Amino acid sequence: MTTATLPDTHADRGPGWFRRNRRTLAPWLFLAPGVVFFLFYVVFPVFQSFQISFYRWDGLSDPQYVGLANYRELATDRAFEVSVWNNFKWLLLYLLAIPGGLFIALFLNQTVTGIRVYKSLFFFPFVISQVVVGLVFTWFYDPTFGLLNTMLQGIGFGPVNVLGDPTLATYGIIAAGLWPQVAYCMILFLTGLNAVDPEQVEAARLDGARGVRMLWYIILPQLRPATFIAFVVTIIGALRSFDLISIMTNGGPFGSTRVLSFYMFEKALSEYGFRMGYGAAIAVVLFLIMLCFIAYFLWSMWRQEQGR
Amino acid sequence: MLRLSCSAMAALAMTASLAPPADAQDLSGTLTIFSDMSNPAPRAVMEGMAERFDAMHPDLEVELTIIDREAYKTQIRNFLSANPPDVANWYAANRMAPYVGAGLFEDVSDLWAEPEISENLASTKSALTLDGKQWGVPYTYYQWGVYYREDIYEELGLDEPQDWAAFKSNCQAILDSGRKCFTIGTKFLWTAGGWFDYINLRTHGYDFHMQLTQGEVEWTDDRVRETFANWRELIDMGAYVDNHQSYSWQEALPFMVNGEAAAYLMGNFAAAPMREAGLGDDQLDFYQFPAINPDVELAEDAPTDTFHIPAGADNKEAAREFLRFVVSAENQTEINSGDALGQLPVNAQSSVDDDEMLKQGFEMLSSNSPGGIAQFFDRDAPAEMAAIAMEGFQEFMVFPDNLDDILGRLEQARQRIYQ
Repeated sequence: MTTATLPDTHADRGPGWFRRNRRTLAPWLFLAPGVVFFLFYVVFPVFQSFQISFYRWDGLSDPQYVGLANYRELATDRAFEVSVWNNFKWLLLYLLAIPGGLFIALFLNQTVTGIRVYKSLFFFPFVISQVVVGLVFTWFYDPTFGLLNTMLQGIGFGPVNVLGDPTLATYGIIAAGLWPQVAYCMILFLTGLNAVDPEQVEAARLDGARGVRMLWYIILPQLRPATFIAFVVTIIGALRSFDLISIMTNGGPFGSTRVLSFYMFEKALSEYGFRMGYGAAIAVVLFLIMLCFIAYFLWSMWRQEQGR
Repeated sequence: MLRLSCSAMAALAMTASLAPPADAQDLSGTLTIFSDMSNPAPRAVMEGMAERFDAMHPDLEVELTIIDREAYKTQIRNFLSANPPDVANWYAANRMAPYVGAGLFEDVSDLWAEPEISENLASTKSALTLDGKQWGVPYTYYQWGVYYREDIYEELGLDEPQDWAAFKSNCQAILDSGRKCFTIGTKFLWTAGGWFDYINLRTHGYDFHMQLTQGEVEWTDDRVRETFANWRELIDMGAYVDNHQSYSWQEALPFMVNGEAAAYLMGNFAAAPMREAGLGDDQLDFYQFPAINPDVELAEDAPTDTFHIPAGADNKEAAREFLRFVVSAENQTEINSGDALGQLPVNAQSSVDDDEMLKQGFEMLSSNSPGGIAQFFDRDAPAEMAAIAMEGFQEFMVFPDNLDDILGRLEQARQRIYQ
């Protein structure tokens, strides 16, 4: 090419800026709706919550700046303390869904006539709504005519009012929550088990591995992606435990089953709640707790991608 | 949404030869009403009122929006400021305070200055008054009291108790017969507030109760402890059904219907489901909560439901006329009758339905409640205080030994909330 052709570029300068950059632009354009909505409905409200938590505001009149007063009050609020502890109980005990789901999956991972029927029966609780799960368990625990107490009386124990006893109620609700969560983890592990390499199992068997050793050294490492997802959904499920509490105890008896999300709702949005600032402060604390887990998940996902 | 054609309704008004009030012709435009009367019977009442008011004012179009009663409690905060109707439902007493404080309700003291209203609605005036002004009008109220199984009382030879001693000895007799004295479901807390209201009103009277709910008395005060000591006598007797913290008020009804419990301290709205469950007139009766301290004048709980004009309403003239129409004696008789709301009319000139419970309630409130008429714990106290206190009442009913702890907590909340 010679320099003689150059002066002409103004007349027809080929593809425009848009065309030249379309490879870089296209992904952004496709992402744009998602990004805009995410910014507007997730990121922006997060920062707004931070801001509101420094105000005293009833949602009607003018907000009044109170600095850290809401957080100072949280520090002395026993109901808040109870809610935080309950959140940790949920986080810890909800993780039982992972081994639970794994063992049911191992048990169901065989070829027997009608296994699909059994699998769907085990999966059933995940399909029904949390509200229904809550109602079913409320009746199950009912102190006068509930199935639990009928069974307990059958083997000679006195009646227990699980949901009416402040020391037991949270565990009762977690047990109800585990029912669908175990089913969810089970499905994750069942699909994971389908991907287990039969040749590796064969080889391990030739080397004499069986039972627990086979599970620990051969099967579980191959189930790592499924375990990770099960872990993520269970943690998130535990932190979102709102509907079951609302249905089964409404936070009671005497506030002993509240978790942070429920307490926030009560303070800011329920019939008796008018404290947007205080509710926002609770939400901020919950967000910070969640942030620990989210950061961990993002970090381990990033590490996985790097390793690939 | 009900939108009525003006011309058709005008024709109807002519044929019915209704004589509209003198200023009726002046009303024009649209009147939007937001209502929380979403249950079937109240809904029919509200629609009927809108229709009749529309018929009376040919040039006015009435637009009615009915919102689910529970959802309404949170939606009202949004629509009062963002999209105010001309008329909205709400509740009396302290429940109005947030909206009055934020300047979202219209001052309607001028209506209350009119003789028609000031004379006939005197009994509920204090419930609609905040800061010396009136902020709405009532349209219905109902009595609270003890609904009991007449047949069980007769079987045991008991009479309606007139004093605290008889109340307790009746209860002991009922317990000895293998039943519980009272059914209650405290899962949603407010039912325990009813018991606190009555025992406190009977122990120290209306004025003290109002001082307490308005935050002027410490919760750790000895007089408050006396109230709880009286309450504890019943709890220690085992007067209440077991495990009440697990039940809603509806779930506690079967104990009474099946005869496992003999009575229920409740509002008159509980009478209908009891009858529907099969309790006949010879099985169900009502008595006023008896005196505890004979020196204290009897006062009652009678929650009042109300209509208000939002401050941002467009058609305030029509809204005022609607409020006048709602409280008129004729309309009050009609909407509170047994086949409509089945509650008590607020207008002294209107007549009460021929219903056993309503008649007793009306008599009680009009002639045997010299102390005053309270709204209910969660309407007299600020919402936040009510929520914390009612949770304490529930805890007290299950673990009465925790009283010191509970009162300390309530006092801490009082100091923060009323500052």
